[in-house]
Amino acid sequence: MNTDVYKESPVVHQPAFIDGHSVEIPILKILKQDGNVYDGAELPEIDQELATKIYKTLAFHRVLDERMVASQRQGRLSFYMTALGEEAASVGGAAGLKPQDMIMAQYREQGALMYRGFSLENFMNQMFSNEKDLGKGRQMPIHYGSRELNYMTISSPLATQIPQATGYAYGQKLQGLDAVTICYFGEGAASEGDFHAGLNMAAVHDCPVIFFCRNNGYAISTPSDEQYAGNGIASRGVGYGIKTIRIDGNDILAVLKATQDARTYALAENKPVLIEAMSYRLGAHSTSDDPSGYRTREEEAKWQAHDPILRMKNWMLANNWWDEEQETSLFDKLREEILAAVKVAEVIDKPPVEDLITDVYDEPPALLKAQFEELKLHIKKYPEAYPFTAGRIK
Amino acid sequence: MAQMNLLHAINNALEIAMTENERAVCFGEDVGHFGGVFRATNGLQEKFGKSRCFNTPLVEQGVIGFANGLAAQGSVAIAEIQFADYIFPAFDQIVNESAKFRYRSGNEFDVGNLTIRTPYGGGIAGGLYHSQSPEAYFAHTPGLKVVVPRNPYQAKGLLLASIRDNNPVIFFEPKRLYRASVGEVPTEDYQLPLGKAEIVTQGSDITLLAWGAQMEIIEKAAEMASADGISCEVIDLRTILPWDIETVANSVTKTGRLLVSQEAPLTAGFASEIAATIQKECFLHLESPIARVCGMDTPYPLSLEKEYVADHLKVYEAIKQSINY
Repeated sequence: MNTDVYKESPVVHQPAFIDGHSVEIPILKILKQDGNVYDGAELPEIDQELATKIYKTLAFHRVLDERMVASQRQGRLSFYMTALGEEAASVGGAAGLKPQDMIMAQYREQGALMYRGFSLENFMNQMFSNEKDLGKGRQMPIHYGSRELNYMTISSPLATQIPQATGYAYGQKLQGLDAVTICYFGEGAASEGDFHAGLNMAAVHDCPVIFFCRNNGYAISTPSDEQYAGNGIASRGVGYGIKTIRIDGNDILAVLKATQDARTYALAENKPVLIEAMSYRLGAHSTSDDPSGYRTREEEAKWQAHDPILRMKNWMLANNWWDEEQETSLFDKLREEILAAVKVAEVIDKPPVEDLITDVYDEPPALLKAQFEELKLHIKKYPEAYPFTAGRIK
Repeated sequence: MAQMNLLHAINNALEIAMTENERAVCFGEDVGHFGGVFRATNGLQEKFGKSRCFNTPLVEQGVIGFANGLAAQGSVAIAEIQFADYIFPAFDQIVNESAKFRYRSGNEFDVGNLTIRTPYGGGIAGGLYHSQSPEAYFAHTPGLKVVVPRNPYQAKGLLLASIRDNNPVIFFEPKRLYRASVGEVPTEDYQLPLGKAEIVTQGSDITLLAWGAQMEIIEKAAEMASADGISCEVIDLRTILPWDIETVANSVTKTGRLLVSQEAPLTAGFASEIAATIQKECFLHLESPIARVCGMDTPYPLSLEKEYVADHLKVYEAIKQSINY
């Protein structure tokens, strides 16, 4: 039993309630919007090569989001989710890690997977749920995953990845690996019970996991002031006994610095860290959502002025690591490549009908095999009703 | 061989699994130093250290969420939920995560190394929150395996098979039998197959089917019926999901009658699934309607437990009704 914490408490004899907002949480800012660094700011470890890789990933993210929303509007794609305005959180986070670190994301962190080098074809094949999709066409667009790149497949239920990240990190610690787990989630998901479970267990069991909250102001239509009454998500880290930092999520250098330091600490001490990155979801929740029903253009415009990609570009220009010519040619090339990749992926066949029953278990049980035989007979009887599979049944 | 009760058999299986694989980890509420409220993990922390056998905070969704992550990482995760009645906060982690992990990732990731142990069932004066048999909820979830042993020998062999099976398994332990059921158990390592029912007694007039602690009840009823000259074939289903249709259907084809008994309430219990499948498989061989002898459609009672349960007398009556149909 450990009650030492009470022994150290000052004793009072009149009721002394602690104010629920008394924890003051500073916010780390390194880079100004004009591309200059704040005086006295401590920079992350970064050189031209890393900066260029990060910037090119951000650019790819921006263009991919733009093109895929357009594809969805044209009816070519069923669904999409952008990370417009908050790309720095996922890309900067991944850049602060090592390739062997596991990334367990919510769903708006495709930037981390882009940084890891998931190919444009892989992105497309997943979104068009074709037979080349690593996920075998089973999940809605943007539910990516890659064992090779240590990016856990996305799951739609919110916050389930949080206690899983704790367990994953525990396994890494048990094996003595030079690896941590990063777990992304939004401020809305932090209301789920799994958030509490995951953070508390990580603190109790000393797990090298970085909890990265993207506080982007909205959970679909619900603004953060209808999500929680405390001082953001960071204040909760203190309650769990977790080292915590709040950062400007649109400041790529702050994201990188916080993640680099968090990784070093988590690995050296076998302890969790909580990062709360303040940002704004400039886009809709998804292509099925219309923000004009719950927020104003003025509010959005205010945040457009804090564009994280433009901020990084200004810094790159100021360092002479980038120029407008490179900028134009990069964005033109990306638009071209992505458009071409859409055209390829959208005509690739659906997965074979056999994939209906594989991977439910390691081997399909007898009853499932019998159901599948029945299905094949049925499809053969009505081939015109099942045009994608009728001709391919073995 | 050694005399073991069901708890010893489980403890012995866990010890073998943890000795064999240094990445096997046991955890849950009170599982660590204390060895679990029923003492199933007794001595494991002492033997394997606190990093491999430990207490978790009191948060079932966290226990299973943690277990999913640990299993996905490649460790062998053996999680305990203290009572099956308290598994429901973890329902989402089990049904939406454990069960779908491999499928949704196209086999990029899986939690095949996960085993969830949990004591279930009544008969211990536990009332509505220490007596439930929730197997049917999980049997409705493709991707899970659901296993229930009936005695110490079965418990050890089935638990070792569950831990080594490359799919997430929920292992329901009949807590009424933890100390009450004692038998000869090999001290060495062995496994019993998952997905295979066992014919416990051969018979010719009617097939009696159950699992877990309910096996004792139908065996007792079979003895009573035998005194009346009725020959019962007694089968232990052992694995609820995926279940052994073939063994049950072959038996019913032979006997022409089926009685399924479960502790859980009647409506939408697993006995209903069995009845639906067997009437399809054996329609022309059936001499009487398939009987289900189950708990009533109420929460599990306390003071009126004796009246509520599907006891041997209710099973015996149903056997006679089936024979005399």
